Amino acid sequence: MKNELEKGMEALKAQLLLLGTEVEQNLIKASRAFAAADPVLAAGIKEHDREIDRLEISVEEECLRLMALYQPVAGDLRFLVTVLKINNDLERIGDLAAKIADKVILISREPAGGQDRVREAARWLDAMFSRTISMVHDSLDAFVDEDSDLAYRICLEDDEVDREKGVIRSEIEAVLADNPGDHRFLAKLLGASRCLERIADHATNICEDIIYMLQGRIVRHSLGIPEREEEQAPDDSNPA
Amino acid sequence: MEEQDIAVSVRNLSFFYGATQVLFDNSLDIRRNRVTAFIGPSGCGKSTHIRCYNRMFSLYKGQRATGEIIIDGANVLDPSTCELELRRRVGMIFQKPTPFPMSLFDNIAYGLRIQGIKNRSEIEARVERALRGAALWDEVRDALHKPGTALSGGQQQRLCIARAIAVEPELILMDEPCSALDPIATARVEELIEELKGRYTIVIVTHNMQQAARVSDYTAFMYMGRLVEFGATADIFTNPAKKETEDYITGRFG
Repeated sequence: MKNELEKGMEALKAQLLLLGTEVEQNLIKASRAFAAADPVLAAGIKEHDREIDRLEISVEEECLRLMALYQPVAGDLRFLVTVLKINNDLERIGDLAAKIADKVILISREPAGGQDRVREAARWLDAMFSRTISMVHDSLDAFVDEDSDLAYRICLEDDEVDREKGVIRSEIEAVLADNPGDHRFLAKLLGASRCLERIADHATNICEDIIYMLQGRIVRHSLGIPEREEEQAPDDSNPA
Repeated sequence: MEEQDIAVSVRNLSFFYGATQVLFDNSLDIRRNRVTAFIGPSGCGKSTHIRCYNRMFSLYKGQRATGEIIIDGANVLDPSTCELELRRRVGMIFQKPTPFPMSLFDNIAYGLRIQGIKNRSEIEARVERALRGAALWDEVRDALHKPGTALSGGQQQRLCIARAIAVEPELILMDEPCSALDPIATARVEELIEELKGRYTIVIVTHNMQQAARVSDYTAFMYMGRLVEFGATADIFTNPAKKETEDYITGRFG
């Protein structure tokens, strides 16, 4: 028979997965909205992000309630701490998807003649979008299946995302040199790629926390999984 | 652990009630000036284990321990050990407070007199020091002639701790010292344990896992007479090595 804490943790896990699914869906919509420069879809993403924020609060409250009432230890404690941290990372991923939606809305206001070039350039981000979406998706799988091998593999993918972002940055710089008039649009494209890079960082955090939950070892700063530097530089995604 | 850091070295301790064996080859080192907690389900042998340290069992017929318990280089299980002296060196606090039916003052002076101390002013000084050490002095300084049994349960337990430390033991055994106390009195005793550990080595048996986590530096988990896991308390409560330990401390036992 399960005790009350176990029942509570099971319900909490379902709640966190619901949040994860909502975040993943919003990210998929963001990729579609970006590719099509679709302001209506983008507005829907921003609206839905409020629901994600509400879910995040309720997961946190439930975590705190279980900790206060049952004083969990060992595996239970690691599970609840991990849920708290994953909850935070998912909410941040949700915010970044909403930020991409903001850029879509601005891009869609580019003059009509530029729209084709805009759509063409937006495709540069396709690979990055699909890689980060699958990282988020797989990190949730690793959590559900308690699969630390998968979590490790996802952490390694983060390097690939960083590399892709570097490539996109170089391409944008090259195009900008020839087409200075496109600077506003290109800045938004760069900003979106930075959002994706940060989403991949959050997915990596999630996986590091899953490894802690399963193995009781903190793997950040060690074991060949590089700690990503927090983005301290001023945000280049919001040009004046 | 360096040898001088070890207060008690237990090697292959087994214990028998008549023909029934209840402890099986327990081996561990108790660290000096630290708190070590024993946890485990009822009947796992944790009380039996610590009662070997001062040979409490020899008061009862048919009980016997084998193996070694080394304190200060000597095996206390050796028949030549003087039990009176051993019990001075290894004090004990029980689940229910056990004040003697005499005044507060005499409760503490009793052990000193047995030790042969006759000088009245020395006894007075040591009674006061013991009561201060047990964080009881301020509450009872004007009532030293009152019977020990007139105190509240929590005060009685601190009186027993004062009585134990008055004879300056090296090791204090506590067998569920707070299970008869309310949360406030429990918190007082736990604070006291924290203060005492600078001067004494403390071994505590507790059914309250949170208490073990709060007060101890090391935790030993026992099950069916065997020492299943022994390690730093922070490790045991965040990442125990053995599944039995995990199941017990998370309440999934059995």
